[in-house]
Amino acid sequence: MTAASPVRWTREDLLGIAELSPGEIELVLDTAESFREVGERPIKKVPTLRGKTVVNLFFESSTRTRSSFEIAEKRLSADNLNFTASGSALAKGESLVDTALNLQAMAPDLIVIRHAHAGAPHLLARKLKAGVINAGDGAHEHPTQALLDAYTIRRHKGRLAGLKVAIVGDIEHSRVVRSNIHLLTKMGARVTVAGPRTMMPVGIERLGVEVAHTLAEAVRGADVIMMLRIQLERQGRMAIPSIKEYFELFGLTSARLAGAADDVIIMHPGPMNRGVEIASEVADGPYSVILEQVTHGVSVRMAVLYLLSGVHEETA
Amino acid sequence: MAATTTTAAAAGPGAPSGRLLIANGRLIDPSQGLDGAHDLLIEDGVVAAVLDRGEGPAAGERRDAGERRERPGGRERRERHEDGERRDLAVLDASGLVVAPGLIDMHVHLREPGQEYKETVATGTMAAAAGGFTAVACMANTEPVNDNRSVTEHILAEARRHGYARVHPIGAVSKQLAGLELAEIGEMIRAGAVAVSDDGRPVMNAELMRRALLYARHFDVPVIQHAEDLDLSGKGVMHEGEWSTRLGLAGIPGAAEDVMVARDLLLLEDTGGRYHVAHLSTARSLELVRRARRQELPVTCEVTPHHLVLTDEEVARTVFSTQCKMKPPLRSERDRQALLAGLVDGTVDAIASDHAPHHADEKDVEFDLAPFGILGLETTLGLCLDRLVRPGVVSLSRLVELLSTGPARVLRLPGGTLRPGSLADVTLFDPEGEVTVAAGAFLSRSRNTPFDGWKLQGRPVATMVGGRRIELPGRATPLHPAV
Repeated sequence: MTAASPVRWTREDLLGIAELSPGEIELVLDTAESFREVGERPIKKVPTLRGKTVVNLFFESSTRTRSSFEIAEKRLSADNLNFTASGSALAKGESLVDTALNLQAMAPDLIVIRHAHAGAPHLLARKLKAGVINAGDGAHEHPTQALLDAYTIRRHKGRLAGLKVAIVGDIEHSRVVRSNIHLLTKMGARVTVAGPRTMMPVGIERLGVEVAHTLAEAVRGADVIMMLRIQLERQGRMAIPSIKEYFELFGLTSARLAGAADDVIIMHPGPMNRGVEIASEVADGPYSVILEQVTHGVSVRMAVLYLLSGVHEETA
Repeated sequence: MAATTTTAAAAGPGAPSGRLLIANGRLIDPSQGLDGAHDLLIEDGVVAAVLDRGEGPAAGERRDAGERRERPGGRERRERHEDGERRDLAVLDASGLVVAPGLIDMHVHLREPGQEYKETVATGTMAAAAGGFTAVACMANTEPVNDNRSVTEHILAEARRHGYARVHPIGAVSKQLAGLELAEIGEMIRAGAVAVSDDGRPVMNAELMRRALLYARHFDVPVIQHAEDLDLSGKGVMHEGEWSTRLGLAGIPGAAEDVMVARDLLLLEDTGGRYHVAHLSTARSLELVRRARRQELPVTCEVTPHHLVLTDEEVARTVFSTQCKMKPPLRSERDRQALLAGLVDGTVDAIASDHAPHHADEKDVEFDLAPFGILGLETTLGLCLDRLVRPGVVSLSRLVELLSTGPARVLRLPGGTLRPGSLADVTLFDPEGEVTVAAGAFLSRSRNTPFDGWKLQGRPVATMVGGRRIELPGRATPLHPAV
């Protein structure tokens, strides 16, 4: 049911973008394209993953990502189970490995995990037979977010190669940035990251990106601008003096879009802080594709679930 | 649990009587500038003589006895002599082996008292002996902390009863390692401690460090600093650099170490005394020590085998393996190269393992949550022979200096030499012998090593403490035992 991609999907886990090939990335995006239409039907359901069990293991609060996975699972007719950290075994001192082994004993086919610590999905993948999907691990990776961002860009621009993409905000603590950098550079886009020097991780340029320290420099000629959430709870780390000053320096307003490409699109992985990193006039403005990202997230996650479930192999 | 007849301790019972000749080996003793075909004669637990091959009284005796020179490898036997006054002479054939002054690991954590599920004095010193070490210096971060005489005495008593190597306790700088007030350093030194350190934690308070340097002068012991500015290291779990950025793990910048070393060296200019940097890991800290040496400041430093062999990239290569998590963290390749240069030019005084046992369950968690630290006693010699000597970074003689003479000099220990009259603490190792590291077979109670499965060329063969051969439970005696 996928478009003709020469690449076959052989992975059991989706832990990050870093290890994917451009062909695999394209395969996911093409597969997502074929699932998009399901969301537009009056009866939004296909039997593809009937009889498959998916566990959503969320150790960190998340509304958007968890809902998106849940809807994707339901539209594919998978049985799903939500497991959240609050009120879970973790509060009782059980280790991640033990929690996972207990879930394993119930024989799920896929486990979607969100965790505050980088590498947690990788630890699970080593221990479990079920396929593991990383739904965000610390500041490391958030592969489905990067895939849905790429899907959204591709739908608007028809391509990824050669585009200039600016990513602005707290680069150091963002998993979205890392996955996006890997994906976009693999696909031939030019990526510029921008933000206060206190939020710029050491050696980021080694990932193949340009570093800008003013918003104007980042925005100039940009085809895509991604704004990142400034995490208010991290103010204790002395990264910026105040939200007010941050907005003055790096907040995206209509006026500051001046130097960007005429058909620039504005993205945000959410949740947004209006008036902190992005002004409402931009978030709700004509260039914004922020809500479209959310819509496409479902198609992309359906594609990932489908590919990892192995059913494409069973029916091949 | 230990066979008391073969145990050893810093204040152990009397040395074995009798005479032993370690023959046919390559004797390396940097303290005497020796590296060559020498035999070692031991009498009553003390080095009696270093003999050129085929000469000296021992050879004469053998000729008197009409002995034939050929001996099968690894054989040892007793020879009777017609002269009734002469005592028996045991001969140990060390063909193909290096005979060195006993190796000393000046930085280990034995975890006893308080964390015996990780390690004990018995298992830790077993691991030491298995790794070729005849002595260890153990850090004070036990439970309770070794910040007073009774804990020091307890550790020494355990070592006397159960030790397989000499144990030299290091006392705490501050009470409870809290960094607020000085521990009873004098009493601990009198009880047998050889240095002071809050290792595991830095002495963050500059005024306390200044006082510690001054006060330790009364006892002529070094203050050993775990150099880490805790504000700069923050919640970091690995070296700050390209790899921490790629992995999204919080970084510990090299500066966290450098600013502490720089601060302490400034204090040392004013106070005098002796200052030792534990597990030095950065190029810049090494350069600070090098410059201070040129000003003749009384500073010494040690580096660990893992900082000499691995870099921060290993965390990525192993996909977040918690066996790559320790403090200081594995640093950049540039830092590693600088440390290697420090071994060569003499800036580094000692290689020390920072043997830090942790239970497997504690390490089988998310990277952020795992405790810092890895084992070292059973891999240090093999790693150094394979990764430092074999590629020609340092000579065998320099390695022996770094693992024996150097630490003995820093801590003013009686070992580190095979000079006649010194204690017969001897390590025999095979620089060519191949070995595959098998964590499951370690004598340590813990298994936390990043080197499991590594194939190394170079392995320890036997240790002798005060002339007494150390036999290890469950291990075949590598050379035939004395009759």
